Amino acid sequence: MSELLLNMEGVEKYFPGVHALKKCCFDLRKGEVHALVGENGAGKSTLMKVLTGIFIPESGQITLESKCVNFKSPRQAQLAGISIVHQELNLMNHLTAAQNIFIGRESDGLFLNEKSINDKTLELFKKLNIKLDPEEKVGNLSVSHQQMIEIAKAISYDAKIIIFDEPTATLTDVEIEELFKIMNELKSQGVGMVYISHRMDEIKKISDRVTVLRDGEYIGTEDSAKVKIDDIIHMMVGRITYEEHKKISDNKEKPPVVLKVENMSSKDVNNVSFELHKGEILGFAGLIGAGRTELARLIFGADKKTTGEIYLDGKKVNVKSPHDAVRLGIGYLSEDRKRYGLSLGMSVANNIVMPNLDEYITAGIISEKKIKKIASEYVDKINIKTPSVGQLVKNLSGGNQQKVIIAKWLLKNSDILIFDEPTRGIDVGAKSEIYKIINKLAKSGKSIIIISSELPELLRMSDRVLVMCEGTHTATLELDQINQNTIMKYATQH
Amino acid sequence: MLKSIRNSGTHKMLAFAALIVIYIFFAIAGNNFTSVSTTLNILASSYYVGFLALGVTFVIITGGIDLSIGAVMMCSALVGGQLYRNVGLPIWAVLIAMIAFGTLIGWVNGLLVTKLKLPPFIATLGMMMVSLGLGSIITGTSTKNFPTILEPDGWFSRVFFRTESGFPMGVVYLIIFFIFTFIILNKTKIGRYIYAIGSNEEAVRLSGIKVNVWKGLAFVISGFAAGLGSIFYAATYTVIIPNTGNGIELQAIAAVVIGGTSLSGGKGSLTGTMIGVFIMSILKNGLISMNLPAPFQTFFTGIVVLGAVLIDVYRNKKANKVKKLS
Repeated sequence: MSELLLNMEGVEKYFPGVHALKKCCFDLRKGEVHALVGENGAGKSTLMKVLTGIFIPESGQITLESKCVNFKSPRQAQLAGISIVHQELNLMNHLTAAQNIFIGRESDGLFLNEKSINDKTLELFKKLNIKLDPEEKVGNLSVSHQQMIEIAKAISYDAKIIIFDEPTATLTDVEIEELFKIMNELKSQGVGMVYISHRMDEIKKISDRVTVLRDGEYIGTEDSAKVKIDDIIHMMVGRITYEEHKKISDNKEKPPVVLKVENMSSKDVNNVSFELHKGEILGFAGLIGAGRTELARLIFGADKKTTGEIYLDGKKVNVKSPHDAVRLGIGYLSEDRKRYGLSLGMSVANNIVMPNLDEYITAGIISEKKIKKIASEYVDKINIKTPSVGQLVKNLSGGNQQKVIIAKWLLKNSDILIFDEPTRGIDVGAKSEIYKIINKLAKSGKSIIIISSELPELLRMSDRVLVMCEGTHTATLELDQINQNTIMKYATQH
Repeated sequence: MLKSIRNSGTHKMLAFAALIVIYIFFAIAGNNFTSVSTTLNILASSYYVGFLALGVTFVIITGGIDLSIGAVMMCSALVGGQLYRNVGLPIWAVLIAMIAFGTLIGWVNGLLVTKLKLPPFIATLGMMMVSLGLGSIITGTSTKNFPTILEPDGWFSRVFFRTESGFPMGVVYLIIFFIFTFIILNKTKIGRYIYAIGSNEEAVRLSGIKVNVWKGLAFVISGFAAGLGSIFYAATYTVIIPNTGNGIELQAIAAVVIGGTSLSGGKGSLTGTMIGVFIMSILKNGLISMNLPAPFQTFFTGIVVLGAVLIDVYRNKKANKVKKLS
């Protein structure tokens, strides 16, 4: 067993309303790939952000090469030899690849030396087998190439520890192979690596040990070669069992089609057709950038389509803007709820009635009493945990914010609801409740589309799954065909 | 290398073409527009706006804005006048004090934005009003005179405004300042971080760079340029009246925008800003040569600004389309 490089113990981190890390611990040896897994919101990224000085923990001890460290900024962690490939891309689109990689390390003096960083970048690219021009602006590159730039940047620091936070989400198989080759090379040089991923097969393949977190707590560490995937999943999910969706049974006749989309195309979506039945939950599966959100936005009229028809209850409709869609009973719950779904600085009640405000105005005056009454009704109905309907939405937890958005669309009486990543950044308990609400809605006859990057979520919830890859509709899976392997097969089919 | 020219150069080329077209238009439509005296006037009316525009380009590339520059320039000139007339400092010391004053206000702007986290619009709007008031308070709302050519310190005017033969000296300093700022923005770390912050501030922070230092420095450069501009304003007008000079900052910002610098940050150039400054002064003198009164200048400047921004928006859209296809 090689020597210990890093040890984290008793790490505590609070965010407003969330206890993000509870006495969390983690360790890393030299020349090891240590996988870190857990459901979304389990605290993986938070723990790594503590390690890299982005978040400062409330308490806890971090030892690096048997010296106690206490990072106050990303810079300090960097100088100590820790670098990270972030999950969300952190690049400067207006700068070139080389300028991005060597940001902060341009030269020793005041003046820049473009040739030197371009040469160094080219050398780095050669080593990593990346075929890109160091002088290309990053904004002109594809997402997977941008990801490779991020990886090249992390490696270029000659770090002792490299953290990969879901690096493969946007990479193709060939690029993933290339990354694993690089990681094996780094391993032999004694670099310790943390590997965060949702893909179990990758974890088995590349990692030496795997540590599981759940709800900000350390659950356990296993030997990757010996542990069974099922056991890891069990550790991740824990005792909480999600309510299963009562799926529409196949032998009964299918309920009527409420939404029919034909030949829908735009610059990101390529000729997609599908049908949605009454009371059905249809999952949209695919990798990031497959065009699922883009398709949803076309149906909702938020983006311009080049071709395509939408039929509601068999009648052709013309959806030119979100306003039209809402009028026709389509609701869209954005993946980025803070940006598109809520007015954070306003109260729960005001958020809920927002699209329906006209109904609560008499003679030009908004009736606060009526608003409070109807909002309270919906707060009870879907169990929004808030001290009062006057509470500001920004003070609620992620799960309850999501419920406020659901209430908003219910009040609008939408028959078709499109949930885009409904449980992103929501903790496990609240997730279960969101699922319950969605199931209840489907049962009551609403038709639902769920876009999710979490396969277990789609497997659990969907009656049927529509799979997309690079803007193209590659398959529609019926209930008995829905499983992880089939979905992944179609999601990576070009 | 060719690629980077192609990427960043198109807007500048367009702006330069617009400059030529406007010049040719006035050469035909105006009276005596191509005469030596009009040419000198075009050069002369570009200095102090030019200094402000070059300085504020740094702030705008970081994604910020500096509304205080016009008021700071006026206030700095008034402070200089007070020191010269009432305190009796020698003129060279007064000039240094004027630059120092502008730099100081720039530094305060930087602190407000980086340490106190005020939005740049609000911070610099506040400092604009502070400077405006301060200028009147210090001088007791009285007009301040700088030495004219005939006075003992008249060398000041000859060195910074016009030589005895009538050559506009300010242009020489503007070009020197342009070269100086150009090197800072394009050849040093300072410039690299300023572009990087405008492109993606969080990414810069996560790369372990002290964002506050460099962002603050952009405001300091902007304030320094305003202080420098005040010298040329004083040399040109010699009589500084409190509470005047409203809207100079907007002329400077308009020149920056005409030059293709994006108000959302990350993108822009000083060459573009210089072209913008000259487009505005050609417009001003051209309309005068057509015997049109001052309001027409404001009107047409507005049209040019809208045109410049429209071209930029349109080009970005097109560039995005190309990206998606490839």
